[in-house]
Amino acid sequence: MSHLLFLIPIALGLGALGLAAFFWSLKNGQYDDLDGAAQRVLDDEQGPDASNGNS
Amino acid sequence: MTCCGAQSGTDVALAGHQSTSEKLAEDELRSTSRDLDGSLKLTSFVVPGMHCVACISSIERSLSALPQVEKARANLSTRRVSITWNPDKGPGLDFIRTLDGLGFESTLFTAGADVGMAVAADGRELLLSLAVAGFAMANIMLLSVSVWSGAEAETARLFHLLSGLIAVPAVAFAGRPFFRSALRALLARRLNMDVPISLAVLLALGMGIFESLNGGQEAYFDACVMLLFFLLIGRYLDNLMRERARSSVQSLARLTSNGGALIRQDGSLDFIARSDIEIGMKLRVLPGERFPVDGRIVDGTSDVDRSLVTGESECQLAKPGAVLEAGVLNLTGPVDIQATSDADGSFLAEIIRMMEAAENGRGHYVRLAERMARIYAPAVHLLALITFVGWMIISSGDWRSSLYAGIAVLIITCPCALGLAVPVVHVIGANRLFRAGILMRDGSGFERLSEIDTVVFDKTGTLTLGTPRLMNRPDIDPAEAPLLAAMAARSSHPAAKALAKEYAGHPSPALKDLKEVPGYGMESMFEGKRIRLGRPHWVAELTSEQPDESEIATLAFAAEDGVKTDFVLSDSLRGGAAEAIAGLLNKRLAVEVMSGDRKNSVEAVADELSVQRFQHDMTPKEKIRAVNELRLNGAKTLMVGDGLNDAPALAAAHVSMAPASASEVGRLASDFVFTRDTLLSVPFAHAIACRTSRLIRQNFGLAIAYNCLAVPLAMAGYVTPLIAAIAMSASSIVVVANSMRLNWYAAGRLESNSVEASRVHKDATILQRAGRRGDLQAVSP
Repeated sequence: MSHLLFLIPIALGLGALGLAAFFWSLKNGQYDDLDGAAQRVLDDEQGPDASNGNS
Repeated sequence: MTCCGAQSGTDVALAGHQSTSEKLAEDELRSTSRDLDGSLKLTSFVVPGMHCVACISSIERSLSALPQVEKARANLSTRRVSITWNPDKGPGLDFIRTLDGLGFESTLFTAGADVGMAVAADGRELLLSLAVAGFAMANIMLLSVSVWSGAEAETARLFHLLSGLIAVPAVAFAGRPFFRSALRALLARRLNMDVPISLAVLLALGMGIFESLNGGQEAYFDACVMLLFFLLIGRYLDNLMRERARSSVQSLARLTSNGGALIRQDGSLDFIARSDIEIGMKLRVLPGERFPVDGRIVDGTSDVDRSLVTGESECQLAKPGAVLEAGVLNLTGPVDIQATSDADGSFLAEIIRMMEAAENGRGHYVRLAERMARIYAPAVHLLALITFVGWMIISSGDWRSSLYAGIAVLIITCPCALGLAVPVVHVIGANRLFRAGILMRDGSGFERLSEIDTVVFDKTGTLTLGTPRLMNRPDIDPAEAPLLAAMAARSSHPAAKALAKEYAGHPSPALKDLKEVPGYGMESMFEGKRIRLGRPHWVAELTSEQPDESEIATLAFAAEDGVKTDFVLSDSLRGGAAEAIAGLLNKRLAVEVMSGDRKNSVEAVADELSVQRFQHDMTPKEKIRAVNELRLNGAKTLMVGDGLNDAPALAAAHVSMAPASASEVGRLASDFVFTRDTLLSVPFAHAIACRTSRLIRQNFGLAIAYNCLAVPLAMAGYVTPLIAAIAMSASSIVVVANSMRLNWYAAGRLESNSVEASRVHKDATILQRAGRRGDLQAVSP
């Protein structure tokens, strides 16, 4: 019984972490241009600063 | 052919009005840009030709290299480039030039940005709700599975409480779209599908809290979040499709300008927004631009193209005194007009009003899903109530187990599968169409398209391409090609454009004094001799030949004292037109042609396509009337058209389609827009629509069959949360799997073959038509 006390919070916490990550990525505009993101990864010359700007 | 007007012609200094039109374009660009903080502006362009990473990076790099650009960002999904720039440091027209230099066509993006934001915000909220519901569902399901697999009473109680703690905020957050819609419906004293959904979710949640606080054995927490999760998937897909359809239609090139060039007292030109134009203002319309409002020509002569406005395929000569409608394209010379209407009173505005009135008539169409909801929602409430009352009587007043059975009925009948039945099929169908170059603007378009029994085509620009082509190239001396190419390239007249396209790629010789004589053609000096390309009568003056009155040529070329060369130009049929119409006739649909063009050209096209019924010389009002008459006679009409004059009829018809080359208003009025040149898009869309509506009916059948099995169980009180969870997910999966079958539907043959087929057919048509030139429908300059 006692192991439930920390296992359940861990399980829920991990789930909540995933949810928070999804919220963040959505707010950050990462879903605005899915086709573009798929193509941009192929660009060798693009600097890191250009790859996470939001339009 | 008319041969009057100022013979000397207006000298078109080609370089001259380049600069004025540039200044106007710059003004327009700035006025449509959004102001950001500081002195920065945000301007968006639609770049339809952007396809891969090389396009993105070359666009972004070249634009960022301009001194005035702060940041340029390309979005491949929407095919848009947004540029943050400082207007003090340089002109915005550089963007268009840069994109042009890279080989990308671009148009300024403005239309309906606010509406787009609202739909996108809706989509975002749905996605967030979906994420929360998914998170809650997964965690509650984990806890529930351990309860179902036989947890001890103490653990089960703890797990129920935990589930409740997750479920309450999750439902409060993820259920908002449903609660809002249900509340709106109730306030309007209606029932929609969201009312039983909200009721079931809230009752189940309340019952679950009560049970877990009082140590009960069963709670429906998992069922109520799962319900929300499945339904949100359906909602989100629905929204996604609408959003995509809307943004892709917006991304098509804009045809009408936002304003015109106002002539000031001192003769200078200024950009003026269309809404600011007043009656009596003097405006200048440059070649290649459209009339912003209705106006009377006060100065200048030009050829005008009214094909989008009236459906007439022949260009006309416009002289001072002529009154022209908004939307008419000016072709050859600059003209000064006096506005005879403001933006609200123009022909364009009148068309839009007629369109709105016609759309109101169609507004009575109720989507299949809504019709279902009208029967389903009351039935569900009634069943739940009967169950509750029945159990009260049988168990002699045990309200707890009676309520329990009632809630079980509400939950089990909850339209998970029904909520997915329509959107999943629509999204897959829209994807199929999208791959074939057809955009859907309205989800109910599929339902309406599958019901049609009559197809009405417009002629100019729909059955035909609306642009002339050269038909007698073999008769023409190839030595003349470079001269022809050089002269034709400088005019925006459709006949000249056709020649320029035909002879593109030839080195252009040096021409002196090249000028365009509006209404007649192009004139120049070459090796000391005067040369002309234009109307046969006018060209014949150089060669002292007797013009032949019965000649079929529509364009001629000659050098001084030389021999006249005649060109035959004709508006050609859109690719696949014959197969498309044969295909529709095969499906026992009635086909009709309604055109604003003259009788003989309409008749020629109708004959060639073996369409028996055709009407000609129709005004927009007559088109609406004809479409309404068809409706009163019980016909369900598909209208395919492109012009401004078709727009009201497009809106009045049961369902409508337009080619991507259509006027903006026409595109907005139609449910489907096809971007490929082939007319085979029409039967293809119809085939897919019939298929989707069959699948939707099957899905409804499956969902109803499921209910027939599950509802008696629920009413008998045999449904536990475990059974509810299995039944709900199983029915949803069955429906989604059934919808997926649309992807394998054999109409896919058309998608890959249609382009090829249309090309072959096009060639055949040209040959066949060139063979019997005598009855060609002529396009005169």
